[in-house]
Amino acid sequence: MITIPKGVKNFFVEIGEIAFFAGRFFKEAVKPPFEFKELLRQCYQMGNRSLVLVLVTGFIIGLVLTLQSRPTLIEFGAESWMPDMVGISIVRELGPVITALVCAGRIASGIGAELGSMRVTEQIDAMEVSGTNPFKYLVVTRILAATLMLPLLVIVGDSVALYGSALVENFKGNVSFQLYFNRVFDALAFGDLIPATIKSFFFGFAIGLIGCFKGYYSKKGTAGVGLAANSAVVFTSMLLFVIDFIAVFISDIFYEL
Amino acid sequence: MTQPVEHMEENKQLVNREVVIHIRDLYKSFGENRVLNGFNMKLHKGENLVVMGKSGSGKSVMIKCLVGLMQPDSGDITVMGKNILDLDRDSLDALRADIGFLFQGSALYDSMTVRENLEFPMRRHKEKLGQVTDTLPLVVEALENVGLAHTVDLMPEELSGGMKRRVALARTLILKPKIILYDEPTSGLDPITAKEIIELMRTVQSKYHTSSLIITHDVDCARVISEHMILLVDGINYAEGTYEELVQMTDPKVEAFFKK
Repeated sequence: MITIPKGVKNFFVEIGEIAFFAGRFFKEAVKPPFEFKELLRQCYQMGNRSLVLVLVTGFIIGLVLTLQSRPTLIEFGAESWMPDMVGISIVRELGPVITALVCAGRIASGIGAELGSMRVTEQIDAMEVSGTNPFKYLVVTRILAATLMLPLLVIVGDSVALYGSALVENFKGNVSFQLYFNRVFDALAFGDLIPATIKSFFFGFAIGLIGCFKGYYSKKGTAGVGLAANSAVVFTSMLLFVIDFIAVFISDIFYEL
Repeated sequence: MTQPVEHMEENKQLVNREVVIHIRDLYKSFGENRVLNGFNMKLHKGENLVVMGKSGSGKSVMIKCLVGLMQPDSGDITVMGKNILDLDRDSLDALRADIGFLFQGSALYDSMTVRENLEFPMRRHKEKLGQVTDTLPLVVEALENVGLAHTVDLMPEELSGGMKRRVALARTLILKPKIILYDEPTSGLDPITAKEIIELMRTVQSKYHTSSLIITHDVDCARVISEHMILLVDGINYAEGTYEELVQMTDPKVEAFFKK
């Protein structure tokens, strides 16, 4: 008889538990009472607190991508294709993935640590005893907020990245901002924008889901809180790449059609 | 298997009072580790019942089963005539409005002010409070009962351990519960603050006429507050009686609790 290594078995058990947790989210999300006030608070917290990080990262990605690509494009005499190339790569792939990874570090670890600490200090139990459903109040609101906020952050990240790229082109290639953005928008189609936006919702959902799962079922003790925060980031980052692969694979089928 | 020592006769003053919590044959295991092994308990109306046991003896597990935070493997738990194991979520929440729970580490919500902490239980139990539009007077009244009305706008991190415990007690009082469950109310506090908390528990009991179940391993707390005591050993109610009756027992496991 084949014996499954313990690590592999635990991994699949955890996948099952996360699927069950996600199922509970969908069940609780549609059942009243709804925690609108807490949802708005979470949207504000996640959006506002991640904004600077997304702005800085997006801007630098735009700068670096343009600076790195310029010599190669000049070599092939394709310098004028720079806005098209940068626009498509940022909107389709780099913007959503990098923003999601940054948010995985910022949001998923924050949720993991916060809920983990609430579990350890019995605040979740206190909530349950006071008649409030902690899953609805803490988990549903956070997952929804992450799902709603990430596409907005991606749009902001994409915009600043394109601005960073335009800035390099303006300095190095004497390309006006108007010309640069005209080329970018000419190159982009809805077929680039829609799959990227849809996958951003899934990225946000994954960030909220894993952060909440790791925190909500955090083991006792302060070490458990650290582990919850850490594993939330690692697991979310891995999951983001898997979702990205699936999203690209599906969009590719549609392109071929 | 551990056998209970001969129980003292049930306290005559308590026998005629209404039973508000009745636990019968409660079993709970975690894997191979059996924590509760057929525990039985009755809490009468207006009584202060102390359950004492060593760390890890299953006291907290028992009290968590009582409010539905944990599911026992088997047994019956009746609270104010309702078997809590048969209740759906809404009925259990309604019942919880009549049960206050003071957690071992206070369990105040870090991200909320003292006022928001006290208002939190009111969100789901508005019908119990009647036509209340402004909750601040209720919050201030509950805080005045614990002598901390001035902390209403502070964050929990700005409070000392003793103050946190008092605010947590105020939070349990906000819905004017009929039963209060105390999980290690004096643990982690210095002796003077611990005495203040015990005094506060007595004041609350006499003012609100609550029935109290106190889980502790603090002998001084048990001596001062208990009308009746249960010693929880190896998951069973090993010995029962008043403090004075238990102190006089010669059983080594009972003596171990009261040795200085």
